[in-house]
Amino acid sequence: MIEVEHLSKYFGRTTAVDNISFRVEKGEILGFLGPNGAGKTTTMRILTCFLPASAGTARVAGYDVFKDSLEVRKRIGYLPENPPLYNDMTVRYFLEFNAKIKGVEPKQQRSRAEATMEKCGLQEVKETIIGKLSRGYKQRVGLAQALVHDPEVLILDEPTIGLDPRQIIEVRQLIKELGGEHTIILSTHILPEVSVTCQRVVIINKGKIAAVDTPENLTARLKGSERVYVEVEGPVDQVEQRIRQIPDVTAVSVESGGNGKRNGFFVESKVKADVRSQLAAAITSSGFGLLEMRRVGLSLEEIFLQLTTEEAEG
Amino acid sequence: MRNIAAIFHKELKTYFTSPIAYVLAAVFLVITGYFFYGMTVTFSNECLYYMQYASRYGGMPALNLNQQVIRGMFGLISFISLFIIPMLTMRLYAEEKRSGTMELLMTSPVRITETLLGKFFACFSLYAVIIGLTVLYQIILGVYGHPDWGPVLSGYLGTLLMGAAFIAVGIFASSVTESQIIAVVLGFGALLLFWVIGSASIFTRPGAGKIFSYLSILTHMLPFQKGVIDTQHILFYLSFIGFFLFLTVKVIESQRWR
Ligand SMILES: Nc1ncnc2c1ncn2[C@@H]1O[C@H](COP(=O)(O)OP(=O)(O)OP(=O)(O)O)[C@@H](O)[C@H]1O
Ligand SMILES: [Mg+2]
Repeated sequence: MIEVEHLSKYFGRTTAVDNISFRVEKGEILGFLGPNGAGKTTTMRILTCFLPASAGTARVAGYDVFKDSLEVRKRIGYLPENPPLYNDMTVRYFLEFNAKIKGVEPKQQRSRAEATMEKCGLQEVKETIIGKLSRGYKQRVGLAQALVHDPEVLILDEPTIGLDPRQIIEVRQLIKELGGEHTIILSTHILPEVSVTCQRVVIINKGKIAAVDTPENLTARLKGSERVYVEVEGPVDQVEQRIRQIPDVTAVSVESGGNGKRNGFFVESKVKADVRSQLAAAITSSGFGLLEMRRVGLSLEEIFLQLTTEEAEG
Repeated sequence: MRNIAAIFHKELKTYFTSPIAYVLAAVFLVITGYFFYGMTVTFSNECLYYMQYASRYGGMPALNLNQQVIRGMFGLISFISLFIIPMLTMRLYAEEKRSGTMELLMTSPVRITETLLGKFFACFSLYAVIIGLTVLYQIILGVYGHPDWGPVLSGYLGTLLMGAAFIAVGIFASSVTESQIIAVVLGFGALLLFWVIGSASIFTRPGAGKIFSYLSILTHMLPFQKGVIDTQHILFYLSFIGFFLFLTVKVIESQRWR
């Protein structure tokens, strides 16, 4: 449904997007993940015909975003980074206006606006002036604007930003429901968002694609460095040395203590190696007291950091 | 066509939800009303004076309501338009760009020309309504006097054409910037230039002078005020409007290429 081939975008001397290629199948939800300035917004702006690419091609539903821009624009719903809202309109008028300019048949404009307000939880603010809405409601109106003409393709730039935790869950649920019928690309910095909503993730960093995979695979790929926290009664140096002797252990770091008797350690080990029993045996057999032991998985944030730092260097 | 109508409706709605349309209309009415009053009173005083003069010495000079009041009114209206129109047009593109709604318009299946025409006609309609308010004065003149209606009608035609030309310049000014203040200053500056350019023909070489006076918005307005409708002048305004709208489209297109 969406085909991006060797797409690049330069702003003067800065390269915002650097030769990226990926595909999104019909009905798929693709997550676009990357730190600030990675090029997510720029890529989306090219896909929505707002910016022309410097090199490469992008096609949406078979239409080139540059040559058949009008056909592409008929088929997409786009929520930009800053929701494009007219602050002096009521929510209802704004959505009816959007229905009009996005080609909804005159007879259906009212009902489409109505249905979209329902979907996005805007019933209470239908007649409110947009300028007077809170940040979260404005974001919802922005989302509604992208949905009002029931487009085949949805491009959502950080759709859950500024929403309260409950709304975030609701919007993610909504996006999931929309998938299947609609093809969706969404961008975010928040990892859990990707694992909850998306079938595939493109990790982008400094304009380049760092990884494309399912959220599960990405997590598995990086869960390699399993971590265990242990609290031990005994001298720091000796304990640390003893732990290092365990074959699968790759790194040890002292978390707390240092001079007292009780010390905490973070022990990292190789891929899929469970060192806990070895660790317990080593500590107790050396005569130290094992006070506590628990697994600490790498958080998704850490995985993300690893990917965007490691692979960009490589 | 449907898109143009949608943009047209949206722009008009925005005009009437903000105070600017009302404030400008009010200011316009106060100024024109004051001058209308002044000019008609002067005219009737003159009439009285010359009637007394004629009754004593005979021979009444030709006093013309059209020449002395109506033509003056049209001159005044065009002059005020010079100030009002940049204030009506300043918002049209600058604000869309500043607030990010340009991204909405540009990614919707609406052509740049459709957006532009919607905006242009919305602004023109508002201008026509404001100018329409002065019809009241003509009615008053019609009730108490006997104006020649031909020049009144042609005067309105000229005023509307000139206003449309001003609007085209104003929209162009709005399209080059994100700031309404810059848009209004730029628009006003450009209009002023087209206003006074005719006078420059006095001190330039004859060739250039001819071009300058041809470009003067004012030169083409005067015949309408006198009751002469000449297609040459209508064509001037239409091509002037077309040229600036074309420039605006080019500017908007090029802004995507940054
Ligand atoms: N109009 C522009 N002119 C010049 N440089 C730009 C422009 N837009 C973006 N850039 C640059 O392109 C790079 C990518 O920006 P982009 O907005 O795509 O990042 P992003 O991934 O969306 O970041 P964020 O997570 O902060 O939204 C940045 O270095 C940015 O400075
Ligand atoms: Mg962004």
